[in-house]
Amino acid sequence: MAGPLNWFSQIASITRFGLLSLPQRRGAVAATVIGIAGVVAVLVGVLSIAAGFRYAMTVSGSPDGAVVLRSGANSEMVSGLGRNETRVIADDPRVARNTGGPLASAELFVIIDLPKRSTGLDANVPLRGVEPAAFQVRDHMKIIAGRPFDWGKDEVIVGSGAAQEFAGLEVGSKIKVGRYEWPVVGLFSANGSAAESEIWTDAKVLQDAFNRGDSFQSVYVRLNSPGAFQEFKDALTSNPQLNVQVIRQAEYYAEQSETMTRLITTLGFWIAFLMALGAIFGALNTMYSAVAARTREIATLRALGFGSWAVVVALMLESLLLALAGGVIGGGLAYFALNNFHTSTMNFQSFSQVTFAFRVTLKLLVQGMMWAAVIGLIGGFFPAIRAARLPIASALREL
Amino acid sequence: MFVLDVDFFDYEDEEDDERGKFTMKFAHLIWCNLRRKKLRTSLTLLSIVVAFILFGFLSAIQQALVGGVALAGTDRLIVREKVSIINLLPLSYEARIERIPGVDFATHQTWFGGIYQEPRNFFMQNPVEPEKFLKIHPEIILPPDQEKAWLATRTGAVVGRRTADRFGWKIGDRVPLKSPIWSDRRSWEFDIVGIYDGRDKGTDTTPMFFRYDYFDESREWGKGQIGWYTIRIKDPSQAAEVAKRVDAEFENSPAETRTEPEGAFIQGWASQIGNIVLIVAAILGMVFFTILLVTGNTMAQAVRERTGELGVLKAIGFTNGQVVALVLAESCLLTVLGGVIGLGLARAITSVVAQNLAGLLPLFFLPTRALFIGLGFSIALGLITGIFPALMAMRLRVADALRRM
Repeated sequence: MAGPLNWFSQIASITRFGLLSLPQRRGAVAATVIGIAGVVAVLVGVLSIAAGFRYAMTVSGSPDGAVVLRSGANSEMVSGLGRNETRVIADDPRVARNTGGPLASAELFVIIDLPKRSTGLDANVPLRGVEPAAFQVRDHMKIIAGRPFDWGKDEVIVGSGAAQEFAGLEVGSKIKVGRYEWPVVGLFSANGSAAESEIWTDAKVLQDAFNRGDSFQSVYVRLNSPGAFQEFKDALTSNPQLNVQVIRQAEYYAEQSETMTRLITTLGFWIAFLMALGAIFGALNTMYSAVAARTREIATLRALGFGSWAVVVALMLESLLLALAGGVIGGGLAYFALNNFHTSTMNFQSFSQVTFAFRVTLKLLVQGMMWAAVIGLIGGFFPAIRAARLPIASALREL
Repeated sequence: MFVLDVDFFDYEDEEDDERGKFTMKFAHLIWCNLRRKKLRTSLTLLSIVVAFILFGFLSAIQQALVGGVALAGTDRLIVREKVSIINLLPLSYEARIERIPGVDFATHQTWFGGIYQEPRNFFMQNPVEPEKFLKIHPEIILPPDQEKAWLATRTGAVVGRRTADRFGWKIGDRVPLKSPIWSDRRSWEFDIVGIYDGRDKGTDTTPMFFRYDYFDESREWGKGQIGWYTIRIKDPSQAAEVAKRVDAEFENSPAETRTEPEGAFIQGWASQIGNIVLIVAAILGMVFFTILLVTGNTMAQAVRERTGELGVLKAIGFTNGQVVALVLAESCLLTVLGGVIGLGLARAITSVVAQNLAGLLPLFFLPTRALFIGLGFSIALGLITGIFPALMAMRLRVADALRRM
């Protein structure tokens, strides 16, 4: 009589009993589900900030792209390269070429004060001076409104993220750079990457405005192929004319996002961990009271010949189902409230603002469900053991 | 079934001096009630503990963001280049600023951006003019002999307690830093001549300060230019006027300035990362109240189950007020106990997390003020979760209650 089929049918019928009695315990059940939903929502929510920030930073890099900085500089902000150096870099045979010449853009990176829309307070908005190849060394650069700036003119184009986050950057408006006022002539997008946080203009124009002579801070290049990177790097770093470091675009951006991501994930982990603890206590309470309320029922089942393991599994299953329900609610909440929520923060490496959108990814949702499942299993385990150990005779006698 | 001391009810006969005895017996009854379902009580207690650990976390985050603003000197203004914080100002401005009416004196700092071993060991280092610097920042406590040593050592640097502890630096150590901003290849050597403490708990003791003369001589470019000025003004109520006068002084020059009170400067800086951290804080706040909701439900349930007993108490002469007090005292005892344990643990945990965040959020710690607010919350929580069951108990008709037993 003790075949596996029988065992499963035992579990199924006890679980069914449990689920049917949920409405009678709705207060406690709702408390558990809400608690677990809270854990999952917060976990997914906090980690979606880190995921969004990392995405904005890493989507920026194309596989055959490289960045050249002065050696020792950990961001463009503190780097510096002279005209003769940038020329040597652009002339390297590993750099791809088209009819306009090498696909290398020597760039200048500064920050200017502009008020954030959300707070009205000034923030450090990155202003980048580029050369014509800039639009080819990066992937997905697109003018979405207005027109590109004219080379040699005091004009700027604005990334879509920056236009959204900071005031006064619409096409047709003017930004103040020192004593000059530069018109915004266009808006560009870059597939959600960090470039969208920036304002772009001609590098020469920017050099004059910031008294930078003929110096740059970085060179962005597109190589003949992703495989050419090592050769390119070796050639530049061993060249006695240069004192530079060469980084893949993707790696450069990953490094830039490291500090912020670490900050968010450290805080996020501790918060979620604490909340999970709280939710486990809540789940334990619910399941213990479920067991207490059904003492007689469970004892009757046992007396009828239901196995103690079937009772354990059924109760844990019930707890797991409640937890997963909470997980779905929490994950859904995070997804609908936070996915694609636009904001900006400081990139600690360059002290400039990066705009990005929260990303509630499938991976995060799965992670959230796994947390919910673990909470449910722990919350169900101890009460289930207690139920299985009930002495049948005295439990039957209980009121 | 519940058990009562028989002489519990003797109190009617005695008067005021017996009140203490009554309270004690009352306490005994509450204690017995809490112990009846030990498991449920301890699980509820643990959820409350967790809620208050989270509360502690929230307060520490808030402290990290706005704490600096509260400690900013009201008599200090910050002068920086108007277009961008990365643009430098001429050293000659110092004398010009000091001639402006309302200004006591001015001194300057510059962002050095040095790297100790590797970039992740981030902390701030600024070249300063030691005497003026210490005078304008009374919150930095440096022993007099160390100050003397600093004035006597050109390569001398003073470092805050937190950073000294973080890297295990002692006075006499020689510390090499690389500065990608100011020089290409060579590394800068600093002699640690002093370790300073903060006057207030919130004072940031992560930065290192070293001498401007050493800095200016050794840097490869930008000589005679500095990052920003700090001004001490004679009368804090004149801050706005003085700021305007400073900016007017340099209007239409190649380097225009932007002057604001130190508090506004710090606030602006914090708001740049603030957005996200505030979102986290909002989520955390929401969660805190979710946990309270869950706990409240459990406690209400615990009282509901005892309806019959409350009926008995009323039947033997307990007044409505006493029944309400009994229920409220029980819920408050539980929440305050949970609150105290939770806040204590929060204090310990935040200090561990603070180590992980050193350099990023130097002001991340749990302020004492938050402990008191948390305690207030725990009492409020006890009253809120207890009041509905208590009212229920009060309205209870003895006959109904006894029938339910």
